[in-house]
Amino acid sequence: MSTLASVRTPVPPRVWLGIVLVGAVLAILPFLLGMVGQSWIRTLNFALIYVMLALGLNVVVGFAGLLDLGYIAFYGVGAYVWAMLASPHFGLHLPFWVILPLGFVLAAIAGALLGAPCLKLRGDYLAIVTLGFGEIVRIFLNNLDAPVNITNGPQGINRIDTFRVGEFAFGRTQELFGFRITGPEKYYYLLLFLTIVIVVICARLQHSRIGRAWEAIREDEIAAKAMGINTRNIKLLAFAMGASFGGIAGCMFASMQGFVSPESFSLTESIAVLCMVVLGGMGNIPGVILGALLLSVFPELLRAVVVPLQQTLFGDVILDPEGIRMLLFGFALVLVMIFRPEGLWPSALRRRELRAAKEGA
Amino acid sequence: MSAIPVHRDQGAMPELLLVVNRISKRFGGLQALSDVSFGICKGDIYGLIGPNGAGKTTLFNVLTSLYQPEMGTANFMGHQLTRLKPHEIAQVGIARTFQNIRLFANLSAIENVMIGRHVRTRAGVLGAVLRNRATLEEERAIEQRAYELLEYVGIADRANDIARSLSYGDQRRLEIARALATEPTLLALDEPAAGMNPSETVVLRQLIEKIRNDGVTVLLIEHDMKLVMGLCNRVLVLEYGRVLAEGKPSEVQRDPRVIEAYLGKGAAGQAGAAVAAPASDIAARQSTGASHSNQGRHDS
Amino acid sequence: MEILLQQLINGVTVGSVYALVALGYTMVYGIIGLINFAHGDVVMIGAMVATTLVVTFVGGNPGAVSAWVVVIGALLVAMPVCMALGWTAERFAYRPLRRAPRLAALITAIGISIIIQNVAMMVWGRNYLSFPHIIEPVVYQFSGARISVLQIIIIVAAAAIMGALMLIVHRTRLGTAMRATSQNREVAGLMGVNINTVISAAFVIGSLLAAVAGVMVAAYYGVAQYTMGFILGLKAFTAAVLGGIGNLPGAMLGGLLLGVIESLGAGYIGDLTNGFFGSHYQDVFSFIVLILVLVFRPSGLLGERVGDRA
Repeated sequence: MSTLASVRTPVPPRVWLGIVLVGAVLAILPFLLGMVGQSWIRTLNFALIYVMLALGLNVVVGFAGLLDLGYIAFYGVGAYVWAMLASPHFGLHLPFWVILPLGFVLAAIAGALLGAPCLKLRGDYLAIVTLGFGEIVRIFLNNLDAPVNITNGPQGINRIDTFRVGEFAFGRTQELFGFRITGPEKYYYLLLFLTIVIVVICARLQHSRIGRAWEAIREDEIAAKAMGINTRNIKLLAFAMGASFGGIAGCMFASMQGFVSPESFSLTESIAVLCMVVLGGMGNIPGVILGALLLSVFPELLRAVVVPLQQTLFGDVILDPEGIRMLLFGFALVLVMIFRPEGLWPSALRRRELRAAKEGA
Repeated sequence: MSAIPVHRDQGAMPELLLVVNRISKRFGGLQALSDVSFGICKGDIYGLIGPNGAGKTTLFNVLTSLYQPEMGTANFMGHQLTRLKPHEIAQVGIARTFQNIRLFANLSAIENVMIGRHVRTRAGVLGAVLRNRATLEEERAIEQRAYELLEYVGIADRANDIARSLSYGDQRRLEIARALATEPTLLALDEPAAGMNPSETVVLRQLIEKIRNDGVTVLLIEHDMKLVMGLCNRVLVLEYGRVLAEGKPSEVQRDPRVIEAYLGKGAAGQAGAAVAAPASDIAARQSTGASHSNQGRHDS
Repeated sequence: MEILLQQLINGVTVGSVYALVALGYTMVYGIIGLINFAHGDVVMIGAMVATTLVVTFVGGNPGAVSAWVVVIGALLVAMPVCMALGWTAERFAYRPLRRAPRLAALITAIGISIIIQNVAMMVWGRNYLSFPHIIEPVVYQFSGARISVLQIIIIVAAAAIMGALMLIVHRTRLGTAMRATSQNREVAGLMGVNINTVISAAFVIGSLLAAVAGVMVAAYYGVAQYTMGFILGLKAFTAAVLGGIGNLPGAMLGGLLLGVIESLGAGYIGDLTNGFFGSHYQDVFSFIVLILVLVFRPSGLLGERVGDRA
């Protein structure tokens, strides 16, 4: 809640200890998981990508209060930018320090373009229009293979270059100082680094003049305007910043997966990310991270349990794990909204807002 | 009134701050404002009074660009207010409070005032993310200034309390502090004394005088006649969207049209007796009128 | 010219279905200000249930049982299923949120939509269900255009149902109560209207229309699948907004208009853009119409009717 604390008060030693402990765990996590199976490291990597997406959406939904249902389009923009500039598709193999900033900027522009017509709309209409835009982007991605092949349509683009710093390729397993480190493990550290950067940026934005302006708009837009806040530009800023994080996540996704297709950027994914933000605690960075981790890891855990369970019980997989995952999301959304709309780990401000709304209105 | 009244009594020609010329605003079938003209000079405490529905808040909303008038201009220090966007109004130096108090209810008092500093500060995304020295300095200054303003209006001890939890009087003062944070040249207050008891009103009056003495011109909508007559050096009376009278408070309250508007026909004929204590008559009318005034009408 | 007439016939047919679904959206939005995201999925359930029934009873030999009996039977089963679904969603998911901010209800509606879709997916699988061709493919020709029996049935039935709905809304106590509630919920309650009943009725009637629309869609396109609700729902919502949200005649007009626009657009877009945009961009049309309407004329063609929200 307080915009002041992080500017002034020193961090108590208890928190430093916690950070060091968490840091230590994070540092060795992939090796721990690797002992169980490499696929768990891949799950962890996807979880980190979802964390990035959730943090980005949190800027739009949580900080600025704009319900964007088409957010995944920016993820798609980032992914396809990487895919088109670092694969055999056009024969381009540009280095990461060209593509990553480009993905960031293009996604930010897409965010501003998408947001611009929506600024005067009231909440539910904003949601539907952004949903429409998200779908339009997906349809274009799916159909821009004729007459000029830009995106390769439903087949997607494959054999995408992995992330590469000079000679050090992240996709490959290699020997390093006598240790064998796999591709997924390397990606883990890269993704962790990017995630931390995004967390820091979001935290700093939240406790700044811009962050306060977002809060003001959420509380009372007319009063905010009367105080001289250019609500249009500040909202566009939220769209652009949130989108840019989605773009970065998309670039990483493309380089890690090696393959992109329009299917990965559907409304379902937008809703999944929204679910993470809502469940975790809109507007609260730790909450959003928690929501993203829970909703990306839990379905995988479930899948690991449910599939063999069904096979032993029924001899076959009757309940589609994908369906179970989505049912989980659906119920999460409904139950959270009814029983704990502020989410699992809300900020004090959000809790006040939602309790007030329940009593007042 | 076709001529814009700019006569002043003593001293050198004071500086004209706001010149409003023939503003008209209609909502569908209702003519909310019609041919309204007046001028405010630097250093005025300018009162805007009139019965409910007279168009006072509508006039405020036109001046702060929340509504667009069909006709008329409002020139403030060289800026055409009607051509500005709502958020540019604070930029050029006009800050306002609202009849129904529009604080950022779930934020703390000091955060409310800090947001008021937005228009006079600069840090953008880059500054926020990099937290360079200039940005940190600015943040420190914002917080400092916000605290000073809370002290100025007298609620510094409630700095970290949530705005919604403040008493009504404190909320009104907080709104004033927030408006002052934008460093306005003209402060427009919409019924700041509404709902206050007599002692709170005295404190408010002192605050407004202090604000004027510190160089901020004040435009004031009020129903509390004693406050208006004691505080304002000039008054504009509206009725049904038209200017009924304009001038010094003592002149206006003797104007038979004003008396008729407040006390009804026939009262003007007894102007001789009424003149003796016009302020208290109008104040007495206010106590019956006051019960009608707090029903959330948005166009007083 | 014949093409134009044909497109019009196709457009009015599809538009009638859109209109039926749009009415459900508009009634709910008019009364409680909620975009019922899950409404399209209720249509889907109607289609799936009906298709399953028709397949079961007709099996491998179409013509064994009279087409009419089968279809009416399917309808009679689909209707209560959909009505129950709509009622349940309102009672347990939306009613607790009546005082909550509107976005909370919208998010919940999204959740319900996901739940319905995925239950359908788990029950019926991801494959398309095929609606048997039991309706005689009799076609009438005139002025160079063709209109099939099914198209006639859809248009006439939809018109009849919409007429019945207008009668209910304007000539019965329930209808008056619904209109009052949509204008000012609190005052209607003070006047003795049972708000809960009225709101439930709006959902139930909407779901009834959805069931009929679902059967029509399944019969007309010959397929049903668990994802069909989403696009159809979005188009119908577009139609509702186009006509003016909360406005019943608006929903009907919007539905017909959208159907015609889509039909004409799909037909001509290939020509207009020299083949750059093919007809699989058809869905984009609805989105574009939606965005244009919401941005430039959010009150729709006939004006929105949402009343005071206190």
